[in-house]
Amino acid sequence: MSPSPSSARLHVVTGKGGTGKTTVAAALALALAADGRTVLLVETEGRQGVAQLFDTAPLPYEERRVAVARGGGEVKALAIDVEEALLDYLDMFYNLRRAGRALRKMGAIDFATAIAPGLRDVLITGKIKEAVTRRKDGRPVYDAVVVDAPPTGRITRFLGVTGEMSQLARSGPIKTQSDGVMAVLKSPQTAVHLVTILEDMPVQETADAIDELRKTGLPIGSVIVNLATEPVLPPDGLARAAGAGLTGADLAPALAAAHLPADSGIADALAAQTVEHARRWTAQDALRDDVEALGQPTVELPLLTGPMDLGSLFELAGRLEEHLLVADVAA
Amino acid sequence: MSAPAGRARPQAPALDLGALIEDRETRIVVCCGAGGVGKTTTSAALALAAAEAGRSVVVLTIDPARRLAQSLGLTELDNEPRRVHIPGGAATGELHAMMLDMKRTFDDIVAAHSTPERAQAILDNPFYQTLSSSFSGTQEYMAMEKLGQLRASDQWDLIIVDTPPSRSALDFLDAPNRMSRFLDGTMIRLLMAPSRAGFKFASAGFLLFSRIVSKILGGQLLRDISAFVAALDTMFGGFRERATATYELLRRPGTSFVVVASPEPDALREASYFVDRLSADAMPLAGLVVNRTHPPATAALSATRAESAAEEVLEAGGPDAPLAAAALRVHAERMTLAAREQHLADRFTSAHPEVAVRTVPAAAGDVHDLDGLRTMAAALTGADEDTPTGTPRTRILPARRG
Repeated sequence: MSPSPSSARLHVVTGKGGTGKTTVAAALALALAADGRTVLLVETEGRQGVAQLFDTAPLPYEERRVAVARGGGEVKALAIDVEEALLDYLDMFYNLRRAGRALRKMGAIDFATAIAPGLRDVLITGKIKEAVTRRKDGRPVYDAVVVDAPPTGRITRFLGVTGEMSQLARSGPIKTQSDGVMAVLKSPQTAVHLVTILEDMPVQETADAIDELRKTGLPIGSVIVNLATEPVLPPDGLARAAGAGLTGADLAPALAAAHLPADSGIADALAAQTVEHARRWTAQDALRDDVEALGQPTVELPLLTGPMDLGSLFELAGRLEEHLLVADVAA
Repeated sequence: MSAPAGRARPQAPALDLGALIEDRETRIVVCCGAGGVGKTTTSAALALAAAEAGRSVVVLTIDPARRLAQSLGLTELDNEPRRVHIPGGAATGELHAMMLDMKRTFDDIVAAHSTPERAQAILDNPFYQTLSSSFSGTQEYMAMEKLGQLRASDQWDLIIVDTPPSRSALDFLDAPNRMSRFLDGTMIRLLMAPSRAGFKFASAGFLLFSRIVSKILGGQLLRDISAFVAALDTMFGGFRERATATYELLRRPGTSFVVVASPEPDALREASYFVDRLSADAMPLAGLVVNRTHPPATAALSATRAESAAEEVLEAGGPDAPLAAAALRVHAERMTLAAREQHLADRFTSAHPEVAVRTVPAAAGDVHDLDGLRTMAAALTGADEDTPTGTPRTRILPARRG
């Protein structure tokens, strides 16, 4: 087995809604599983997006293999169910599983998970920490854990909530538990990756999230630019269309060779679309400077046409694997 | 024998948002949907259109992007509606906008329902401070509360509400009830029991519960919660009543839900859940906005034909051949993308044939000023058939004939 492509073992993937963070988290898990490694992919938001990506039945609260990777590697997935996590927790620390079931009937579990502030996030991050630190026969069970985390707007609260919780509960087991989780989250074995697309708002939110994460001392990993496109136009055509623009009359002579329907509307429509394409691409390209200015290692994942299937996930995983190797050498 | 006729695809009814916001009977429009689909811009654009149609409208935004907030004059979060200056004088109505401050809203409820001393005790309680600023359901609860307040003040004839960026669109409907259940409920009454003098009996269940809660959370947090609840005692009932009243408001005639989705499987699935839920709760759905679509500038040329035309053009050569071929390829890509989006929209319509639909093309850049909002408003409220390509606004590509 070759050395792991990354020194981090806990990879937290966040991003603004609509940037494709679940897809990126799944691809990252595949990338980290290459060469015989075992990776756990954790879903935290109860959407069953991971099951859909890997085309399997909805995941139970149980670590279940969803994909195999090169060299006997495997990705297991876990969808965290907060109620089950609480019962687990009661059982683990207090031997109270049966009492927990009675409490569920009373609505106390609903109370504790849905209502007690932050308890939900404490349970989820607690479960993640347990998976990261779990050992068997003297070595870690998982070479890496990848978390499909809440979106950028809530990420600092999600990861920092255990800290907040430990302020609120100044003593007691929750306090001990939160301190342990924060120690793992803030250690160099953690990396919080941010997924963005080349649009103003997601890039701005990424910048805001990085600021917040830095302030709380959470380790930031890579910025992953998802759904990146290549310009269809040749460079000179791109500059011309984005600058002065094009008209149907500019295209008509060359189009004549194709014997399109004799309707001048088509040439005009093509010109309008070409200008829009060129301007959109130019605006996106300009945002690459903003992404670079964030000062984090950056990788671009292409927009793949067609539905997202296992083949596409492996294609994205290949790009991420290369990036992790480079980013680690640079670090 | 002729081939059996395939079942015709259901065509979605057209969604007439122009008529909805101009209708004086419409008093509340709630925009909901998954995160990242453009709920805030949709709300703001609808509000602008309503103001320009003569309504006196307030838009309650939850978490607007900075530049959009600035364009609405919301430079600070002050929890009160501010009038938005609309240059050009085209507006015959008024546009007001506000950004929700959930902590402030919660503080105001506390202040309004207790004596000053009691209110201070609540505001100083560490448990309250966490509850009011970082509990994940508070934002939804306070959005609902603020909506109730705006409606009660009767200062505006139309309120447009953007919903919080929740995990699920359903949270907006569920969180307030969950929260009021908590604030009014049995659990918390049990919790407060230790702080009540004269509490002489306790069920075995309660003792177990109290033991576990104090084990998990620590005795000190439990004491904070108890003190909070004791201080809140006078407000009991108030919370549930308010939440129930606002929830009922959403079912009254005059309220309409607009579900927003992008043409992506996840967002449309979320929209689907939401539509089912509204129908189960007998809440009035205006329709679905499929936001950020990519209709082609002409549908007269198929993707396949455009691809082969690109090759013909290149073979013929000439100085502008590469550019013209690229223009044809841009079109082919666009047609493919539009076909995928239309397919997703059709799938939604197959499952919900009664839901009216409006598609809104993606803007060239972010919408962050009044001009951008006006363009979007035109796409939201324009007449269904009134498009340059003749494709109705209900669709992304024209319906296949035959």
